[in-house]
Amino acid sequence: MTVRGLSIDNLHVRIGETDILRGVTLEVPEGEVHALMGPNGSGKSTLAYTIMGHPSYTITRGTVSLNGTSLGELSPEERARLGLFLSPQYPTAIPGVTVVNFLRASLRGLGKELPARAFLSRLSETMASLHMDDSFRGRYINDGFSGGEKKRTEILQLALLEPVFAVLDETDSGLDVDALRTVAEGVNRVRTPELGILLITHYNRILEHLKPDVIHLLYKGQIVAAGGPEMAQEIEKSGYAPFIGTGAEPEPMGAHHGN
Amino acid sequence: MAIDAEHLSKEYQYGFHDEDASVFRTEKGLSEEVIRAISTRKKEPEWMLRFRLKAYKHFMARPMPSWGADLSGIDFDNIYYYVKPTDQQGRSWDEVPEQIKTTFDRLGIPEAERKFLAGVSAQYDSEVVYHNIKGELEKQGVIFSDCDSGLRDHEEIFRKYFSTIIPPNDNKFAALNSAVWSGGSFVYVPPGVHVDIPLQAYFRINSDNMGQFERTLIIADRGSHVHYIEGCTAPTYSADSLHSAVVELIALEDAHIRYTTIQNWSNNVYNLVTKRAVAQAGATIEWIDGNLGSKVTMKYPSIYLMGERAHGEVLSAAFAGSGQHQDAGAKCIHVAPNTTSNIVSRSISKGTGRTSYRGHIVVNEKADNVKCNVRCDALLLDETSRSDTYPYMDIKNPNVEIGHEASVSKVGEDQLFYLRSRGISEQDATALIVNGFFEPFVKELPMEYAVELNRLLAVQMDNAVG
Repeated sequence: MTVRGLSIDNLHVRIGETDILRGVTLEVPEGEVHALMGPNGSGKSTLAYTIMGHPSYTITRGTVSLNGTSLGELSPEERARLGLFLSPQYPTAIPGVTVVNFLRASLRGLGKELPARAFLSRLSETMASLHMDDSFRGRYINDGFSGGEKKRTEILQLALLEPVFAVLDETDSGLDVDALRTVAEGVNRVRTPELGILLITHYNRILEHLKPDVIHLLYKGQIVAAGGPEMAQEIEKSGYAPFIGTGAEPEPMGAHHGN
Repeated sequence: MAIDAEHLSKEYQYGFHDEDASVFRTEKGLSEEVIRAISTRKKEPEWMLRFRLKAYKHFMARPMPSWGADLSGIDFDNIYYYVKPTDQQGRSWDEVPEQIKTTFDRLGIPEAERKFLAGVSAQYDSEVVYHNIKGELEKQGVIFSDCDSGLRDHEEIFRKYFSTIIPPNDNKFAALNSAVWSGGSFVYVPPGVHVDIPLQAYFRINSDNMGQFERTLIIADRGSHVHYIEGCTAPTYSADSLHSAVVELIALEDAHIRYTTIQNWSNNVYNLVTKRAVAQAGATIEWIDGNLGSKVTMKYPSIYLMGERAHGEVLSAAFAGSGQHQDAGAKCIHVAPNTTSNIVSRSISKGTGRTSYRGHIVVNEKADNVKCNVRCDALLLDETSRSDTYPYMDIKNPNVEIGHEASVSKVGEDQLFYLRSRGISEQDATALIVNGFFEPFVKELPMEYAVELNRLLAVQMDNAVG
């Protein structure tokens, strides 16, 4: 019987000549929220990009599948059409392409195009719920956006594109308390019994809002521990060291930006 | 159905045959007899014939330019210098290649316009629209006609300004145009009159406004405003391989002229155009110049800022596909103090396409407190694409503020991935990025042109995959 949700089995990934993931196995059943934590440089963003099919990442062994469909050979757009969504750690600016045109192109690409009026009213409602000014739709996507604006825009996309599985890569980073709540509420609002979420984070704060079912700890390209929400509290209190063995010093924050 | 660019370009060249006996034209090649024949046919005054003959001598004496794009493919002896189109051109719609019809479909070009663009009809059938507009304009005292009629019906004002800013000996191709010019537009806007709607070459009836050697002269009298639009985004077929136009704009005190060009000549055409404007005190000139087609384009709209507070803007966009070279740019000559100019250039090269930005800024000794800003950005779509920047500056007054910024970039893998991760195909993603890159240009266009241009760029992106 096929497992509904995201299924990763013994995944090995390299960039260029460097092996980053070395046998990751992970299941996120539909409807559940799983958190992926781990020191900088562990391969969290690599896993996120690999799930979405970024061309720079090569799978050397293992499989990734969504609802029983193997993703390995699919292009990013084909994966998106299967209902996969990635909110990258650093959303890319595309000068000259407005938020509204970007969203319409996405919906068209996904085969979910709405009549103009229905689309615009839905856009307005969703933006209001994320405390985004209406004028935002005319701005060029991520171009000159603050960190908080980028993350809100990601959640706006999540809400409008209605994926069946979302990978959120540090969607909580760089947000103040209020913005974090807005973003977390935004995610909670789109939750359905079908939507699975893999949330990459360093902080317990967002997990208090999203209440993950399972926490996975990635270290040096492998899952080294898994547990319930209490594990995030432990990590927040004592760092990663107790989970990854003695003598393993986490790298200083900010030394790495997500491979 | 995907359109293959190479195939399309072949169809352009071979799909139409100009075997039509009902068209009056001079023999191939250029001679004094040919020029006399043109002038006689047009029943021109003696001074114009003398002007043409003098220009012809300049043209013959002048060497080919040794800079800029490669012009060695031009065969001056193999060109018809004057063709008088008639209402019945003799080509039928059935003769128009499927590929071109498909392109028109995809661009959403109206039926009547398609026939005009494909050379089936000599005119764009918008007579009713045109007559309404014409009535309004006449009430305001605005003259809007083809250049030949301008000379015939308004000789005094025509002669006062004609060729005053681009003399025949300016360059070899200005000399050629001066010798054989035909068609183009003549516009005069009386003092203080604001023309609300853009004047479009399209609206003019019974004129060969898409001619090879068109000549346009626009005079905006004191305090008047006018926006003129030439060309269109749809592919414009020309059997002849040389388009050499001259455009002169004259903005008197506090007048405002915006001149918008969208050209998409079929890619057998050498498009060598001289465009120049003068702005008197307090006047503004804006060149909005988009070059998409042709084999080679050499075009550098210039603005002479002659009076204090005069302002010039050049906003240009160029797209060079495989085998095309768009050598475009701008010139701003600051003659008077307190004058300002702003140049923005965006270019895209695809396949083996090549774009060049060639700019010239001059500030004269007496021109104090000049402000000038130049920004040119190039986007390369393929490894084989090329872009060059040739900015020349000639600053003779120390009290100036001049800015120059240039960038060359490639379509980013991260941008493509981001769009594709949202379900957008690679082709559509590239088209979005390209459209976004042209956005500063596109947003200055009237809505219908902007929509057409975006569709056209999408078609061009499809061709890249063919």
